[in-house]
Amino acid sequence: MSLLAKAPPAQLARLWAAFGEVPAYSYLRAPEAGGVMVQGRAGATGAPFNLGEMTVTRCSLKLETGEIGHAYVQGRDKDHATRAAQIDAMMQGAQAAALRAAVLDPLQEDLQARRARRGAKAAATRVEFFTMVRGED
Amino acid sequence: MYVAVKGGERAIDNAHAWLAEERRGDPAVPELSVAQIREQMALAVNRVMTEGSLYDPDLAALAIKQARGDLIEAIFLIRAYRTTLPRFGSSAPVKTAEMACERRISATFKDAPGGQVLGPTFDYTHRLLDFKLAAEGGTPAAPEGEARREATPHITGFLNREGLIQTEDESDETPPDLTREPMELPAARALRLQALTRGDEGFVLGLAYSTQRGYARNHAFVGELRIGSVAVEMEIPELGFAIEIGEITVTECESVNQFKGSKTEPPQFTRGYGLVFGQTERKAISMALVDRALRWKELGEDDQGAPAQDEEFVLMHCDNIQATGFLEHIKLPHYVDFQSELELVRKLRRAAGAEEVKEAAE
Repeated sequence: MSLLAKAPPAQLARLWAAFGEVPAYSYLRAPEAGGVMVQGRAGATGAPFNLGEMTVTRCSLKLETGEIGHAYVQGRDKDHATRAAQIDAMMQGAQAAALRAAVLDPLQEDLQARRARRGAKAAATRVEFFTMVRGED
Repeated sequence: MYVAVKGGERAIDNAHAWLAEERRGDPAVPELSVAQIREQMALAVNRVMTEGSLYDPDLAALAIKQARGDLIEAIFLIRAYRTTLPRFGSSAPVKTAEMACERRISATFKDAPGGQVLGPTFDYTHRLLDFKLAAEGGTPAAPEGEARREATPHITGFLNREGLIQTEDESDETPPDLTREPMELPAARALRLQALTRGDEGFVLGLAYSTQRGYARNHAFVGELRIGSVAVEMEIPELGFAIEIGEITVTECESVNQFKGSKTEPPQFTRGYGLVFGQTERKAISMALVDRALRWKELGEDDQGAPAQDEEFVLMHCDNIQATGFLEHIKLPHYVDFQSELELVRKLRRAAGAEEVKEAAE
């Protein structure tokens, strides 16, 4: 669920479309956009305070095969929330392994690659200090 | 006399139609897309998210487009939209110690574990206009190094080990929320931090600068400044456990300040804290300095009468939407109010004139 929450909607849509046959569903809670108040801590470790909100879309549904799925995803994309809830439900059924290989693993790899790329660029901006030899000795 | 004000409707409609046309500018110039603003005006987007108090880069970019680049107007649009969102809940406090840092510098320790990582910064540029940007063209790829895998420890943790810096004691108290209850003074630090993080960048910067120039001087160092992404975790009622519901970029500044000690506190370093959405480091540093200045009471310092120490002054004036709302309303029709003022001045002048005539006669 955490992975789906952070996945770029366009990418999930692409992988999902390529996955093929999926069970029908009915909504238990139709996709709804809202806000979540994000907290920080004073001095990074102290008492919590309210930093500001972020947009989140949530959704709950039931597959015709009986499994229930929930989603809380970042942003306001209702289709994205529905797909995430479908996947959450299907991960409890027979298609779990196939879904993991076709959708979740690529999302995970992509997330890691994006992170690694930014980490690598940050690493290139790391200062390598050297001390000049002074003429006193 | 009461004057009914009516009849502006057509003028208002036409003014808004012209506004839409002016917003678009010369139709011969290609129109900006929201995605272009989000990607290429990212620091404006970050400011709108921070002061609009809503993390959503697409919405912030749309607001900037709608506001013709007027960032306070864009912040106003985001604040208005924010009020329409149902609140799903509160996240767990973000763990900035686990941040995937893209920038991390310390002005106090050269050899900080984790290193000095400059990131995509304007620092050390010559501030000369780059005319190459006026011509469109490709951008060379940024060089890459060996990415760091482990988390980067906070600098203040090292000072803490020697007991040289005031500690921040962890608690799980529910913080007050000024978007839900009106602000009450004196405000707890949690409320002050919320007000400062969404406060106007220019106002908070000016106050921070005043502390550096000597108004409530507390000599700040940037102990650490870090920018990067952190996961946002929330307890999901349907599940009964917490999951990550997203990832946000934040800027965090911890200032380390000289402190000679007071009646209640030993000589040690004290701290100020800034945390804001996106890459918004001028604001984060300013927030840390003003946070520190406002802590004079709890640290047993003297009230020097400086503006940055005055909680009422800072907190009641740092919100640019409140400020602009009250300021700009005075340009709206005040015909009736003004008419009564006019009557009053005329009456006073008549009275003064009568007085003069009487004096001349005597």
